[in-house]
Amino acid sequence: MTISLGTGLLPRADTPGTPDTAARVRLAAEHVRLAYDDRVVVDGLDLELTEGSFTAIVGPNGCGKSTVLRALGRLMRPTSGQVLLDGRAIARTPTREVAKVLGLLPQTPVAPEGLTVGDLVARGRHPHQTWLRQWSRDDEAVVAEALSWTDMADLADRPVDTLSGGQRQRAWISMALAQGTDLLLLDEPTTYLDLSHQIDVLELVGRLHAELGRTVVVVLHDLNLAARYAQRLVAMKGGVLVASGTPEEVLTERLLADVFELEARVLPDPVAGTPMVVPVRRLR
Amino acid sequence: MSVAAPVRRPGASSGEGTRVRGGRPLRVGPVSALLRWRQFAVPVAALALLVLAAALSMGRGDYPIGIGEVLRTLAGLADGPQEFVVLQLRAPRVVVGAMVGLALGVSGALFQTFARNPLASPDTLGITSGASVGAVAAIVLSGGSSAGAVLDGLGVPVAALLGALLTGALLFALTWRAGVDGYRLVLIGIALWSVGAALVDWLLTHADIHDAASAYVWITGSLHARTWDHALPLAVALAVLLPLAFAAGRALAVLQFGDDTARGLGLRLAGTQTAVVLLAVGLVGFAVSAAGPITFVALVVPQIAVRLAGGSRPPLLASGVLGALLVVAADLVTRTVLPQALPVGILTAAIGAPYLLWLLIRGRRRSTL
Repeated sequence: MTISLGTGLLPRADTPGTPDTAARVRLAAEHVRLAYDDRVVVDGLDLELTEGSFTAIVGPNGCGKSTVLRALGRLMRPTSGQVLLDGRAIARTPTREVAKVLGLLPQTPVAPEGLTVGDLVARGRHPHQTWLRQWSRDDEAVVAEALSWTDMADLADRPVDTLSGGQRQRAWISMALAQGTDLLLLDEPTTYLDLSHQIDVLELVGRLHAELGRTVVVVLHDLNLAARYAQRLVAMKGGVLVASGTPEEVLTERLLADVFELEARVLPDPVAGTPMVVPVRRLR
Repeated sequence: MSVAAPVRRPGASSGEGTRVRGGRPLRVGPVSALLRWRQFAVPVAALALLVLAAALSMGRGDYPIGIGEVLRTLAGLADGPQEFVVLQLRAPRVVVGAMVGLALGVSGALFQTFARNPLASPDTLGITSGASVGAVAAIVLSGGSSAGAVLDGLGVPVAALLGALLTGALLFALTWRAGVDGYRLVLIGIALWSVGAALVDWLLTHADIHDAASAYVWITGSLHARTWDHALPLAVALAVLLPLAFAAGRALAVLQFGDDTARGLGLRLAGTQTAVVLLAVGLVGFAVSAAGPITFVALVVPQIAVRLAGGSRPPLLASGVLGALLVVAADLVTRTVLPQALPVGILTAAIGAPYLLWLLIRGRRRSTL
């Protein structure tokens, strides 16, 4: 099912992980219900994320997609149901063990003032460090690699708060990379970025997936970018998962009308060949 | 464990030997750490100045002793009246002052890192005003009789400690909502501060004039007539709480990020926050019970320390030593330079506040509020 879609612009190494049919489920939601106090935001969610997949969660504002990502990253505890990480209930796994396998990047994270890029990336090593072993050779090498891999090595001594939005997002991705996790959850990593920096960030995430074999889940607003970069789309509406599959399977004119209340044409993207949404008007 | 070795890209500088952070790695067997010379040099320099200020302070008084003689006496090489004056009369005052400054500096650094807000300090969070309520109540409510004098030796420090701890518990209970939000902590702290101040005023208006006067001296924060009896509880508290605070340092570096990032990096958020608040309140409680609320130290010193030592958060060790230096130096100045001996708390406020303003105006750092 995961045809190599949406990454046509990338220098693809051979597809990481194993073919889809045999792929191992890394992260799963089972009948998950999520609520803020008494207000149920997501209900009856079942979702499986396999090794080496690149999934984008899409949906209108307030559909619960960021909430789902928080639950997958154990930032929020389901009121019923459970999230499984490698078959084990994530809520009962020590948070430090989770942090060695699963990294997450919140929406618009804030770095403390004066913190340099190098220090930020080095904090990614926290789950691997102890009070005695605070800066091993391993830590040093991994941080250097993460910096150079994200093209941030030259900016390592710059305070994060002096960077542009695009550079800042790269720095955070570099930190997540230094954390060394197989799984990476990103909540709207392109927020507040102009189009060329949105592409820049998604190319970087795409390379994490394609070249380093990371399993990626990303919440995205832009359907065209989601279709281009992700192998699998998950569409949500009103806290319920309504469609899941390849971008071609999910991004239909019918679904856009149902989920986004949008009349639209879906054409092949002239560059990547993935579905491209051309809006016509809002449906009432 | 390690990253699935990121592929090196041609052209990108990388690899071993690249100094990622401005410091020197220190590795002995399984132990490793990153040393930064400024974070090391600042406490060392401050410690040297502290010893100098302490020796000067112990030499000054009605019976002047040269600084060399003071150091000789402290090393146990002198005897006679000089030994009595230095070790029994003057040293307790200086040692209590240094320990109080140490506790306040570390506590302020803990609060500010925890709340992600440079305005968070035991003063602004109402902890010291809670201690004042306890102390003033002990002075005033026992008033009218000479029992007040007895209470002054034993009851007031304990009452102040209880006041601080109770206020800390109240602050924590009111702020707690499946975790502690730094902004909410500061707002509730300011409210508690006002309540405490109002209670103190109310107690003072009902007090006998003598009690009110002694209560007032206590509120200002003073090292006057401190003895080894004042030093002992504080020394014990520091011996327990300081190592714990330093052990929490690694968690603080991550706690400083937002809650989500901190948990994503594997921090047990609620447990860590609880521990940090308890440590900070405990340190303040014992400091205040020993010398009264010496204001501004916990607020100003961590900010001075972070500017001198660099980094992104107030360094615990530098904050502690600079706090001790500030209190001891301020006490020295009140006893020698000024024509009239003032409580040390007045001077710490007078030195600290303009210095903070100067730093804020001059510094490139914005204050993150």
